[in-house]
Amino acid sequence: MNEFKLSILDLLKEDARLTATTIATMLGAEQEDVSAAIAEMEQDHVIVKYATIVNWSKVDDEKVTALIEVECTPERGRGFESIAERVYLYPEVKSVYLMSGAYDLLVEIEGKNLKEVASFVSNKLSTIESVISTKSFFILKKYKQDGIIFEEFEDDHRLLVSP
Amino acid sequence: MIKDEQKPQIQDRARSGGMNEYLASHARAIQPSGIRRFFDLVSASKDKDIITLGVGEPDFVTPWRIRDAAVYSLEKGKTQYTSNAGMPELREAIGQYLDNQFHVSYDPAKEIIVTVGGSEGIDLALRALIEPGDEILVPEPSYISYSPITALSGGVAVGIETFAKDQFKLTAESLKAAITPKSKILILCYPSNPTGAVMTYDEMLPIAKLVEENDLIVISDEIYAELSFNAKHVSFASLPGMKDRTILVSGFSKAFAMTGWRMGYACGHPDLISVMLKIHQYTVMCAPIMGQVAALEALTKGGLEEKDRMVESYNQRRRLVVQGFRDMGLECHEPQGAFYAFPSVQSTGLTSEQFAERLLLEAKVAAVPGHVFGKGGEGFLRCCYATSVTQLTEAMERINLFIRKLE
Ligand SMILES: Cc1ncc(COP(=O)(O)O)c(C=O)c1O
Repeated sequence: MNEFKLSILDLLKEDARLTATTIATMLGAEQEDVSAAIAEMEQDHVIVKYATIVNWSKVDDEKVTALIEVECTPERGRGFESIAERVYLYPEVKSVYLMSGAYDLLVEIEGKNLKEVASFVSNKLSTIESVISTKSFFILKKYKQDGIIFEEFEDDHRLLVSP
Repeated sequence: MIKDEQKPQIQDRARSGGMNEYLASHARAIQPSGIRRFFDLVSASKDKDIITLGVGEPDFVTPWRIRDAAVYSLEKGKTQYTSNAGMPELREAIGQYLDNQFHVSYDPAKEIIVTVGGSEGIDLALRALIEPGDEILVPEPSYISYSPITALSGGVAVGIETFAKDQFKLTAESLKAAITPKSKILILCYPSNPTGAVMTYDEMLPIAKLVEENDLIVISDEIYAELSFNAKHVSFASLPGMKDRTILVSGFSKAFAMTGWRMGYACGHPDLISVMLKIHQYTVMCAPIMGQVAALEALTKGGLEEKDRMVESYNQRRRLVVQGFRDMGLECHEPQGAFYAFPSVQSTGLTSEQFAERLLLEAKVAAVPGHVFGKGGEGFLRCCYATSVTQLTEAMERINLFIRKLE
């Protein structure tokens, strides 16, 4: 990845709404070059999606998130790939990571309430053939996600005019 | 104990002229800065919606690892005085840093003193050097403190006008024209507050020649050195023959987003530094230890990386703002350093004061009118772009609308 594309990614990661024109001005580049680089990165799935980080705790529509440690037996020839695929295809599953250490997959699940998450774990996840065991941890409060601190007050404490 | 016969006299003085009668005339003569006046105007408006381009400080808070170092040192009970010149490790680190970054080498034991902000460094240098009536040459538009602190030391500040056509750089001709037999000190500040001007090695050479010929001392305020965008900063002290004639003043406020810590330093000839150290010792003793610990962290452990990240971000916003002003039809020279844009508002037919005041009241954008920075500042507006891209974009839109309405 060249430096130009990395700079574009840095800016977009901070604010996905920046236009190609603004990015071009900020980087001292041509707008066409920025648009082309963005298009290329979208094509190559370097940029996967433009999403919004939401602090759901501020929204009435409450959600429950749990992290599930999953221990499983790898499949001959394919390792954990096919199990991971079986797991991540469920819409309830937000993320799946292959881990080193005491368990194999870390699965993040989101549901309307505790009961819904619990029933997903016992009815769907645990019943996958190669799954040996699961351990569920419910998230009580999110302080920081993807580098963004949720409760950080961005108030500017500076004077309005200074030397 | 006041003797009885003296009492009526004191009371009379107080009654006739109020407290003013007691004030030293040179202190009384100092005018409140134009920035202060403008600040009062902004504060009075109490409008929450004001976007300010008027602050001369980073919008970043000090990087956490630097803050953390200070917190940790407090937990460990580091709350004492340090040696007057500053912690030896810190002076060592400053020496190393200046050598690496700007190729000037100072002996940490004799040629470096840690001060309470760059501000104190400038004050110490002036106090150590000025005899009553000495003339201090100040290229203008300039940082607002130089003239008043010169006056407080008994010197006379002589402004040298610089011009947009020269990108606000000091030229040898105008310096030469300003020099008199009373000239003693030249204050240089590149990158410049408020114009963002920088000077290259080649452009400084003729200045250095005049300094030598006229036996001047240079106070080189290099507090914005790290914020040089198109070329590496050149320290005036690194010019041939200039090290012994230069007092390099700098600090941590701008590059490391540490304005509130009040950390700076001054470097120069050991004879001069030892006199500055005496004044420093009798006035502030030493810079605060928490600040020194934080400054050491800034220079040695990853603080430099965080600095680079912030500088890159200023650079991006600089391009955005300059382009913005040009798009709305204002002439704006390209600032090559610091974090200020200095567009001309002459085309609007308003004075810089009128423009700034109406911009504040009608468009809710605060920026500092150029005339407060001395000669050559009238007709310009100082806009600090150390503010979020969202705020900057909004400010540019508001200024544009405001100008369209003037037409
Ligand atoms: C040119 C210049 N010198 C010195 C200072 C003072 O810096 P410090 O915070 O280190 O005292 C400033 C602050 O605005 C400045 O702009």
